[in-house]
Amino acid sequence: MLDITVAIASGKGGTGKTTVSSNLALAASRAGCEVYYVDCDVEEPNGHLFLKPRITGARHIHVPVPAVDEEKCTHCGLCSEICQYSAIVCLEKTILTFDKMCHGCGGCAYVCPAGAISERGRDIGVLEEGHSGPIGFVHGRLTIGEAMSPPLIKAVLAAGKKDVLRIIDSPPGTSCPVITSIKSADYVILVTEPTPFGINDLGLAIDMVRELGIPFSVVVNRSEAGNHLAGDYCRERGVGILAEIPDDRRVAEAYSVGELVFDTLPDFRGYFTDLLISLGKEAKR
Amino acid sequence: MKEIVVISGKGGAGKTSLAASLAALAGRAVAADCDVDAADLHLVMSPRTIRAENFFGGKKASVNPARCSGCGRCKDLCRFEAITRDEEGSVYEVDALSCEGCGVCSYFCPEKAIDFKLVVNGQWFVSDTPYGPMVHARLGVAEENSGKLVALVRKQARIIAEREGIPFIIVDGPPGLGCPVIASITGADAVLIVTEPTVSGEHDMERVSRLAAYFNIPAYLCVNKYDINPGLSKKISDRARADGLKVLGGIHYDRSVTEAQIKKQPVAALNGSTASEDMRKIWINLVDQIKKEKREEGRV
Repeated sequence: MLDITVAIASGKGGTGKTTVSSNLALAASRAGCEVYYVDCDVEEPNGHLFLKPRITGARHIHVPVPAVDEEKCTHCGLCSEICQYSAIVCLEKTILTFDKMCHGCGGCAYVCPAGAISERGRDIGVLEEGHSGPIGFVHGRLTIGEAMSPPLIKAVLAAGKKDVLRIIDSPPGTSCPVITSIKSADYVILVTEPTPFGINDLGLAIDMVRELGIPFSVVVNRSEAGNHLAGDYCRERGVGILAEIPDDRRVAEAYSVGELVFDTLPDFRGYFTDLLISLGKEAKR
Repeated sequence: MKEIVVISGKGGAGKTSLAASLAALAGRAVAADCDVDAADLHLVMSPRTIRAENFFGGKKASVNPARCSGCGRCKDLCRFEAITRDEEGSVYEVDALSCEGCGVCSYFCPEKAIDFKLVVNGQWFVSDTPYGPMVHARLGVAEENSGKLVALVRKQARIIAEREGIPFIIVDGPPGLGCPVIASITGADAVLIVTEPTVSGEHDMERVSRLAAYFNIPAYLCVNKYDINPGLSKKISDRARADGLKVLGGIHYDRSVTEAQIKKQPVAALNGSTASEDMRKIWINLVDQIKKEKREEGRV
């Protein structure tokens, strides 16, 4: 049975990461795989809208921020000197902390010669676990107004069973939240669409995954007969295409109302079972 | 001068297509692409770059192996799992992809073996386009500090607008609602949220409109591809109005949006297409609203 961690990513948003992730999860589960769905898009999680999991546990995720004991503080200024994020500022008579700027490195607490800085946890969002039928499910929800998602993403990634097929639904883009989500994956599927924006951002995503050194291939979503943009580009860059899912208004309609096409459009089932088989072959390589 | 930021929460909702069109329709506007880790605005604006600069976003640590004694203090202190032993196991090294740039390892290294230096995280550009000046950027591959680069792009756009007396800055924002989105909208005059009539679009619009409210920024809404699911489009618009957003209109699902990308032009430059006409109405409504609010402010 397939027991790898596969991350579904893309440079451009809206290319079909959640569609591929959720339908692949269902296809694999129906084929007898034990599946765990990990939604790492903690800024805008959408997987639950399609898998409709029963949530059985929730907990808040905290990051460490400094707590200053003003009585012990000698206002030496070493904490503001070491902090790279302007999260702690030492003035002559007082000390200011800016929790949202803090990356939780602990530098200020380590450096304080007076032992005046301890750390407390600051809530940045909630992690929810549950299951959608036999499919295990976890996602995170970043609190509105919070800037830093990686600590919550790390908590989401740490949840759930490890020796099963783990499907990671990654956020869009190519920067820190994406790197955090896919860094530890065994395999990456880059979802693209055959438009100039889609291809441009696929190029950036290919650069990113190559930099990380993870094996990967491409799924072309909304592919159209006669449109060779994605095929030509992948050939040029020496990248394999694992599957092509045709453009179909019925898929857009199913997505629009939160239905899984694997369930509602029997003629689309084959695309996801084929994708699963191809993924299995790739995993053996 | 008014700075309007196009955001969506959900990716692929149509931010770039709309932002490019608004910049073209404005007549006089500075366009700014703040989706720095997957920038696409340049693909439809025909930019001619007149200035290119390196972006130094932050510092990174690197171990000088000749001085490393292998004591492991750096590994003990690093909270980002960025320090590993090298292959022979005698000295340590920094994984640049995991390094958060906090400098703790360098500060506490007893051998002073860890350098902590500013690094280039990307490039930023000023270009001329047929529609006005444009500021854009490219974050380096797998780099951090996108929020700082976004702030830099907006600052440069503002400098140009002020210097040349240009009345609008149109910002193409990033997806999501984390660091780069917050950096894109704080202090802006208005955000224009683009969404689509899907359960994801509805969910993400609600979260991103709460983000705009959190930062006290007036928010407008338009529903892209609204005719795919008119019932849900109406529900989303009603909900947005109830939350205090002004609804500017909808954009039909129209092939001309992709055609414009292929022709490397803003949708609004394709005269007569349905989507182009919809976007023109949205721009007119937006300007009317802004004028009206200005008058109301004047009265208070």
